[in-house]
Amino acid sequence: MSARWTRRHVLDTDDWARDEIETVLDQTAAMAEILTRPIRKAPPLRGRTVILFFAEASTRTRVSFELAAKALSADVTNITASGSSVEKGESLYDTVRTLEALGGDIVVIRHGASGAPYFVAERTGAAVINAGDGWHAHPSQGLLDAFTLRAALGDLGGKRVVIVGDVLHSRVARSDINTLVPLGARVTLSGPPTLIPTAWRCGELPPGVTYEPDVDAALDGADAAIVLRLQRERQETGLLPSIREYSRVWGITEARVSRMRPNAPVMHPGPMNEGVEIDAAVAHGSRSLIEQQVTNGVAVRMALLYLLASSPMAPGRA
Amino acid sequence: MSLPKVVESFGFIDLHAHLREPGFEESETIATGSRAALRGGFTTICAMPNTEPTIDSPGLVAELIARAAASDGARVLPIAAITRGRRGKELADLVELAAAGAVAFSDDGAPVEDARLFRHALEYASARDLLVIEHAQDAALSTNGVMHEGAISARLGLSGIPAAAEEAAVARDIALARLVGARLHLTHLSTAGSVELVRRAKADGARITCDVTPHHLAMTDEWVAGSRAFAWDVPGSVARATPYDSSTKVNPPLRSLADVRALWRGLADGTVDAIATDHAPHHYDEKRVEFDRAPFGITGLETAVSLCFDRLVHRGLVPVARLVELLSINPARIMRVPGGSLAEGMPADMSILAPDLHVTVSAARMRSRSKNTPFDGWSLRGGVAALHALRP
Repeated sequence: MSARWTRRHVLDTDDWARDEIETVLDQTAAMAEILTRPIRKAPPLRGRTVILFFAEASTRTRVSFELAAKALSADVTNITASGSSVEKGESLYDTVRTLEALGGDIVVIRHGASGAPYFVAERTGAAVINAGDGWHAHPSQGLLDAFTLRAALGDLGGKRVVIVGDVLHSRVARSDINTLVPLGARVTLSGPPTLIPTAWRCGELPPGVTYEPDVDAALDGADAAIVLRLQRERQETGLLPSIREYSRVWGITEARVSRMRPNAPVMHPGPMNEGVEIDAAVAHGSRSLIEQQVTNGVAVRMALLYLLASSPMAPGRA
Repeated sequence: MSLPKVVESFGFIDLHAHLREPGFEESETIATGSRAALRGGFTTICAMPNTEPTIDSPGLVAELIARAAASDGARVLPIAAITRGRRGKELADLVELAAAGAVAFSDDGAPVEDARLFRHALEYASARDLLVIEHAQDAALSTNGVMHEGAISARLGLSGIPAAAEEAAVARDIALARLVGARLHLTHLSTAGSVELVRRAKADGARITCDVTPHHLAMTDEWVAGSRAFAWDVPGSVARATPYDSSTKVNPPLRSLADVRALWRGLADGTVDAIATDHAPHHYDEKRVEFDRAPFGITGLETAVSLCFDRLVHRGLVPVARLVELLSINPARIMRVPGGSLAEGMPADMSILAPDLHVTVSAARMRSRSKNTPFDGWSLRGGVAALHALRP
């Protein structure tokens, strides 16, 4: 089933072919089945060590990877920023040397600097999974969003997905684009021009992507919406006049959601600011797939861990 | 195209180098930097004052000159700060600094933000027709930026430095230089818009000169994303490197291909007066960090001439005679320093160039104390065969 899988790391999905994405999604379906069993545990990673290196605060992604690794019987160890040598000023290089000496098979890294997982991957024998780096990429989120959308909509060919909000600072938006477009979806970005990369608004959009500043127009007839978290500091740094205005102009309300196709789903990578970028009624309403996203996240991460551990490029197998 | 086996040139003059002494001797010293210069074909280099302490007093200028005299490399000429401590608040003693031996003035790396103060700097410097060299960049627009703002920075999720950050400053600086009738040299210009602004200012008779660096002539912002292809390479024909390599992080940032082509046109039509290295050594562990935490800078003294031959001369973009103008005659004229000529009274500095010399760049074998170059291992055609420099 994973015959085509030859990757050594999962750093970004921007150069993935459609069949690689589908390999992961198919594998995810198999993993989701394991999670429905009475005993949610399978043995493929027994004897392997997964190191979760979270240099930036995160609860849901870290826990999701931890549950995924444990469900596959891996030994899991955590290195987090707070209370560790990272907080005491240790360089990323020295942390990597330590990780290398500890001898993990797979390193899952979350880091505030775009590109940090490449730095780690170049200097370690372990397989590296990017669990979110700066504004750059969050591959497992893009894959779980694709999995969740496919479960709701079927084939994504020709489907139009609206991504609303702070695209500029969003690794989720980038990874969603890199995953959904190869699967045939079209993506419409909407949000304040100050929160969209200027090059994208000025004619250099990635293939399959358009920009529509008017969120109502963007949502008209859409097949799904992904709402991004709005950081309050965007107002403080002059990118927005006020959080209130953002909420009025781009916030996702029930009235706005009704512009989409009947029952078109709404997703959010979390954590949400209810009443800012999304109304509580939408977040907890019948269109919301937000809880499914969390559940599917574990299965997607199991699939990635499994594929990396069994890849012909896995450490010790090359 | 047929070039002679050997070309005799006046010694090359770099009007923009960082030697890091005093204060950052782990990255470079006057001795190692001046030896790197000689190895790269430069017989004279002008040292930027962003050291610790800043070169902003006549005593420090004298000390630098004394240390340079004690070294055995290229001739080193000090550039002094425009403002005390390069803080952009009060003018340094420009006339006394010049009397002590400063050949020009620059707050390189920390452009003078206050337009009124910069106007006064230009105006005051005109008392002795002194040269102000500006790193033209609007600080508010470039804050937090780590690479050129465009489609690549959008894809990589890195904060951008827009071309407008440079062009807004270039437009301001030209307007101020014209207002007060002063000389102004704009260093390491990197964008199409900047070149066009200088082209128009020159046509209008403003006393503006400018330089560009070999790295801005040879690389694009694609290099940050891992490309190692040049403009004329067939896409996909050159192996890619790991993205986010901090050796491609430089300020001003590597720009778009359209900008690079505009710099070439500026070289060809005379808008660009000189090629300067902006040699910016950094200790290896400073650069061995996340991209956004790494300092800006690429070493240049030992790769500049070979890059210019390989990427400009052999591609037909710049004839050899023009290269000698850009690297020797014009820098001497702009800086008003000896060289760029073998007339009576000039130093007998010669660079013997071998246009077909096969050069393999080896960071490990560089004379510079720092190795932060993206060209390690590259094969380049053309270089320096020998030097003849008589120390004063």
